[in-house]
Amino acid sequence: MLLVARSAAARQPPPSDPADEMSATIVAATHPTAAPRRTRGPRATTVVRWLSPLAILLLWQVASWTGVLPERTLASPIQLAQTAQELIESGQLQEALGVSLRRALVGLLIGTVAGVTLGTIVGLSKIGDAIVDPPMQMIRTLPLFGLVPLFILWFGIGETPKVLLIALGVVIPLYLNIVAALRSIDPELVEVARSLRLTRWERARHLIVPGALPGALVGFRQSLGIAWLALIVAEQVNAGAGLGFMVNNARDVLRTDIIVVGLLCYAALGLLTDSIVRALEKRALRWRDEELAR
Amino acid sequence: MSVATQRPAAAETEAGLVVRLRGAGRAFGPTQVLREIDLDVAPGEFVALLGRSGCGKTTLLRLLAGLDDGATGDLQTGRAPAVVFQDPRLLPWRSAVANVALGLRDGEGGDGSPRQRAAAALAEVGLAGREEAWPRQLSGGQRQRVALARALVREPDLLLLDEPFSALDALTRVSAQALVRRLWELHRPAVVMVTHDVEEALLLADRLILIEDGRIAHDERFELPRPRRRDHPELVARRSDLLRRLGVDDAE
Repeated sequence: MLLVARSAAARQPPPSDPADEMSATIVAATHPTAAPRRTRGPRATTVVRWLSPLAILLLWQVASWTGVLPERTLASPIQLAQTAQELIESGQLQEALGVSLRRALVGLLIGTVAGVTLGTIVGLSKIGDAIVDPPMQMIRTLPLFGLVPLFILWFGIGETPKVLLIALGVVIPLYLNIVAALRSIDPELVEVARSLRLTRWERARHLIVPGALPGALVGFRQSLGIAWLALIVAEQVNAGAGLGFMVNNARDVLRTDIIVVGLLCYAALGLLTDSIVRALEKRALRWRDEELAR
Repeated sequence: MSVATQRPAAAETEAGLVVRLRGAGRAFGPTQVLREIDLDVAPGEFVALLGRSGCGKTTLLRLLAGLDDGATGDLQTGRAPAVVFQDPRLLPWRSAVANVALGLRDGEGGDGSPRQRAAAALAEVGLAGREEAWPRQLSGGQRQRVALARALVREPDLLLLDEPFSALDALTRVSAQALVRRLWELHRPAVVMVTHDVEEALLLADRLILIEDGRIAHDERFELPRPRRRDHPELVARRSDLLRRLGVDDAE
């Protein structure tokens, strides 16, 4: 059972001038949501962009103080910050994060290996296409989360159904994008490779992999989004550890603060992995984006 | 009709030819695009293939490049033909020097590492210092020069040019033609160049072949010291003659 002792101070109205302290804490927590937006304008615009989120937080806090927003509906921002701190100090948050992260990564790994392998077979070989693509298209039409009951029947309630649900969610977008990317490789460049008498390995390294990479990365980002979604669904259904477990327990004792902290963790994980892939993308696609300096 | 046999280098040295075609043909479905082509090209010869669009000249070039598996007849082509296409066809995700070095191997033809040889070839086409540029960062003319370097670095005995200047603007085209002439004089590969530009053919080639309806309709030599001037009386006269053969009235 997961219970966090709440300090008396947290329930009372905060001390004299909480505005600075509050905004500092909450801004830190929500920062990842705002950061990826590219603001190309002058600095003034960047400052303005922060105003409305801050205003919403302030309004939220005021609503909590005045009792318009009861705690059992939604805890106040300050309450959230304190709960997060307590969860971290007790080690519960780290443990839950670790379990969830491991699930997501294992599922992602299996799904990525399968998606890349199947996508490559179908994208490069006509026979492979004829054999592998029809079943993949069939699987694609199945609603992913509708499979949860079957998965529980087949694999029980341990880690296996969770990891497989994530893996299955990851395979499809990656597969579809890799197949499309491989098929759209410029036939004129294929002819160049032929006229230069490139070996199979050279062709893969210089033409096929870099040619399919932009599409594959788009697919991978979609897959990541689905991986987190599948994780959340899988953890809601049945879990003895992890973020979903933490959130479910909090629901049983009406702790909206813990639920929201859990949600923020999911959001932060999603943003973190997305920004990693974007960094990879930037590095891999330098040839497309670098300036036209002569 | 027999299926084409493309023989390796050793077989053709008996005649000392870079290209030897006997009864070569190519059909796409019911359409016979090339028929009964007999063609010999000697080492170092500069041949221009002229003809109206759709006459089969590009098909013939692709056949010589070994890019066409559907040809019939007896085909023998160079040890290592290299092709420059109408557009540069560079790998956009590889730098200029990496594009030139594609498929070059250590200790195979020429001194130095593939990269050094590629850099030297780039310098030869006037692109020293642009080795690390992405193709997107180069102008159309520069890209086509990279493509030329990519072909020449292989030291081909047969260089195949498929309307290599047609995508360039008029001024760039003039300097690119001069570059091809200089490089040809320096390396002396046999060249087969497809063009629809009679003047370009007369400026560069010493043999002019007209293709008509998939056949060689006319084959003549053109000796004039290089560099040639566009307004040389001999060249002007030949141009009118060739245009008439192509069915165009020069006066219009």
